[in-house]
Formats: sequence, C-alpha cells, structure tokens
Amino acid sequence: MDDATSLPRPAAEGRGRGGAAPLPILDIQRVTKRFAFGAEQITALSDASLRIAKGEFICLIGPSGCGKSTLLRMVAGFETASTGSLLMWGKPIAGPGPDRGMVFQDYGLFPWLTVVQNVGFGPAARGRPKAEVTATAKRFVDLVGLTRFADAYPHQLSGGMKQRVAIARVLANDAEVVLMDEPFGALDAMTRERLQEELLEVWARAKLTVLFVTHAIEEAIFLSDRIVVMSPGPGRIIADERVALPRPRDPTSLEFNALRRRFAAMLGGHH
Amino acid sequence: MTPQGLSTRQVVLALAAPVLGVLAWHLATQGQAYSLIPSPYDVAVQWWDLAFGGIWDDLYSGTLLAHTFASLSRVYGGFALAALVALPMGMLIGRVAVVRDLLDPTLQILRPIPVTAWLPLAMIVFGIGPRSAFFLVFLGAFYPILLNTIFGVKNVEGRLFEAAAMLGVSPQAVFWKVVLPASLPSIFTGLRLGLGFAWVVIVVGEMTGVQTGLGAIIMEARQLSRTEIVISGMVTIGVLGFLSDQLVQWLGRRLLRWSPQHG
Repeated sequence: MDDATSLPRPAAEGRGRGGAAPLPILDIQRVTKRFAFGAEQITALSDASLRIAKGEFICLIGPSGCGKSTLLRMVAGFETASTGSLLMWGKPIAGPGPDRGMVFQDYGLFPWLTVVQNVGFGPAARGRPKAEVTATAKRFVDLVGLTRFADAYPHQLSGGMKQRVAIARVLANDAEVVLMDEPFGALDAMTRERLQEELLEVWARAKLTVLFVTHAIEEAIFLSDRIVVMSPGPGRIIADERVALPRPRDPTSLEFNALRRRFAAMLGGHH
Repeated sequence: MTPQGLSTRQVVLALAAPVLGVLAWHLATQGQAYSLIPSPYDVAVQWWDLAFGGIWDDLYSGTLLAHTFASLSRVYGGFALAALVALPMGMLIGRVAVVRDLLDPTLQILRPIPVTAWLPLAMIVFGIGPRSAFFLVFLGAFYPILLNTIFGVKNVEGRLFEAAAMLGVSPQAVFWKVVLPASLPSIFTGLRLGLGFAWVVIVVGEMTGVQTGLGAIIMEARQLSRTEIVISGMVTIGVLGFLSDQLVQWLGRRLLRWSPQHG
C-alpha cells in the first residue's frame, strides 16, 4: 500500500493488552447455534465464549464444520444465537451494521458500480454528502493501491484486486471491527501473501479490530495476536492462544515452525 | 457484435448469405414466362414505387411511409404499455410473496395460450380493427418482459443483500440500491425479447380488418395477387425489426457497461 493515507500510526500501547480488563469491544458469552436440518437439529456451535479487546487481530482456525464461519456470521448479525449472547461495547448485537464490516471470500462487490463507487457505497447509503463520499472513497481506493482502477468495474479486476476493493469498502465505512471469512482462500499464493502484509499494515495504521476466519495454520500464525482453535462435531472452541512472535514475522524461522507444529497437533488429523 | 469492432471479414461473411440467396432467387425466376414468385428486380421496382411512387402510380404508390408509421406506432405503443404493466407486476411477483401466490398460478395457466389464439377473442371484444392489433402486440410483449423481470428480481445474489446490510443500507432502501440494479440485465433481456415478439405479432394483428399497417398491405396484396408487394412488405418488416433490435442493443451496451454479458 502507498503512503496516500492520512491515517495516523498507532501508539505502541494501543494494542489492548492491559492488565485491568477494560470493556471488550466484542464479548461472546456462551453462544450456541443450532440449525434445523430437515427434522433434525444440527449444533453448529456449542457454548462458545470469547472476549476481544479493541485493536486485537484474532484468527479463528479449524476444519470445516467447526462453526468458525457461523460464529463470524453471528458477530456480523447475519445469524442469531440460539442461546447465549453477543455484545459489542456491552450492547447486544441486533443485526448487521456498519460498525462491523464483513469481507467475504467471494467479495460480494456490486457489479454495477465502479471501484470508487463500490468503496463509497456505505457512506452514500448512510446519507453522507456527495463531496464527502467521493473524497472518502478516493482516499481508500488510493490506500489499497487501486488508484489506476478507480473507474473499472468489478468484472474487469483480478481476484486480488476485488478483495482489495472489498477491504477498502469496509474501511471507508468506518467499520470498527473487520470480519473476514477466509478472504484470501480463493487467491493464488503470491497474491495472498501480498494481501496479508497489506492487511497487517492497514490494521496497524487504522487501529482496527480484526476477526479473521481461516483454515490455514500458517496464515493464522503470520497474522494474529491470538489464535482461537476450533473443532467440529459439534463446533466448539478448544484453545485460545496468544502469538508472541515479534512482527514482521518470518514464516521460515524456527519459532514460526515450532508454532506451526503446535497448532497442527492441536488440530489433529485435520492438517 | 460491436459496431466499432466489425471487421471487413465479418461484414463480407454477414452479407454473403443474403447476396447468395438473392442470386439464387434471381436465377430461379430468370426468363420464366409465368412464375408465382416475382424476380428480385421486380420486387425492388415495386418497393421503390411503394416507397416513393412515380412508377405504377396506383393505389399503393408512395404509401409505404404511412403504413410503416401505422405499424411502428402499434409496435412501440403496445410494447410501451406492456412494459408499463409487466415491469411493476414482475417486480411485485418476484419480491412480494403474497402477490406471487395471488397472481403466479393464473399467469402460469394463461401463458401457454399462444398469442395468435387470442386473436378471435380480441376481435370479438375490441372489434375488427387496429385495437385488436394493439392488444395482440401488448400481449406478445407482455410475457417476455414479465417473466424476465420476475427472474431477475428473484435471482439477486444473496451475498449482495448481506453486503448492503453490513454497509448500512436500510431494508426499505434495499430494493432501489440492490434489487433494481442487480436485475437490470434480466429486465433488459426481457425488453429486448418483448420488442422482438411485438414485431412478430404485429403482422398477425394487422392481417384482419385493419386498413393501414405493413401486415394489412401484405394481406391485401395477397388477395390481389400482387406478390411483389407481399415481399416488399416482408423485407420492410425485416429491416425495421433489425434496426429496432440494434437500437435496443446499443442502449443496452450503454446502460449495462458493467455487465460482462452486455458491456
């Protein structure tokens, strides 16, 4: 990403590791989610609890069917919990809202809008003045390095570029929490690595709180402050570990590999 | 097929079939003392007289423009009325369950009835004359527009609703912000098909008891064994239908630049 952004660098202490527990930005309390599947009830997520401090980068990791995407979609407000509660800044999450921006694996861009219009969609939908919408949209298009493609339509972009637009769209809408559902899963390895680095840079600059779903151990270790490990049948949280490696992280280092083996062992035969 | 992208090769190939067809037609009618089918030259002369007069100076000379206007006004009038009714109805059927349950079964039963089968009833209800023709055009254009509108509005990708909701679009605004733009390509396809059907149906509609219109002169000329006029009328309808479709396609390319199928 280029320097076009005017977002300030975060202060070093702004990462929410304080001893006295402040109000968490997200508080997930004993959440269970059951789906009706024909006559049967399937438990997608069982008794999950998670407290997330502002500014944390958290990865939810686990094999398919472990409920990680369900948990993310409940935080987004697309699904409701069967039991338990989900709180943001202490208030129950009632539905989707611009304070929680979602980045989908399949992008979910509006095909009839150009890049800059897609990025400005949120502010425009919320009734911001036109001049402000344009200025904000341009700033975030620049931030994700798509200045030259501002007037292109989504079908003219590569997968990596589309995902940059999706990220810029959420940032331009002032989302405090960014929810990412395997956002780089459909991209090639090189694009994925570049986007991971760019995401970390934006996260640090904009003091975002990120909840990131992946099934790739290496991706989780490279990105996270904390890794939440989940397991299927029924989906539940089996571990919640801090990643203490200094950034930027080197995936070829010994420490990185030791962590990789640890999490692989936790996930058992799945990886 | 973009006009600016037409290569010489495409133009040559596109013209090859009609040119060969006319040539074969010419050879088949050449030097025959008596032929049911007039030669292309005879048809061309007749068409010129029909359009501008000055050759035969009979009842038909110089009347082509008037007949064309009569047909055009019925085609575009019936089409516009069909769009006016089918677009909102399709959107309601596609989005509102009550309306769908109320109207869809009836429409499904009415739909298999061919437009031409409505002609006798239309003549009874609207009388013999242009109003029946107008009604048939309306009906012919109605179903393609309605069905494609329903399809487009119903098949908006679910992800786009989630994206809009998480960006702060209110439920009331979703229709204008998401449903309508997302279904435009389908709606457009419906309009294009509807206009095509309008041209097909106009001839049938004008064949009985209508004084003006291209269908009317084709039918009348057949009774008078003026086969040159029959073919002149057919060629005129073909060219007008083609130009009409080109216009719609051009509009589509301009309005749907974002769509990989249209842009």
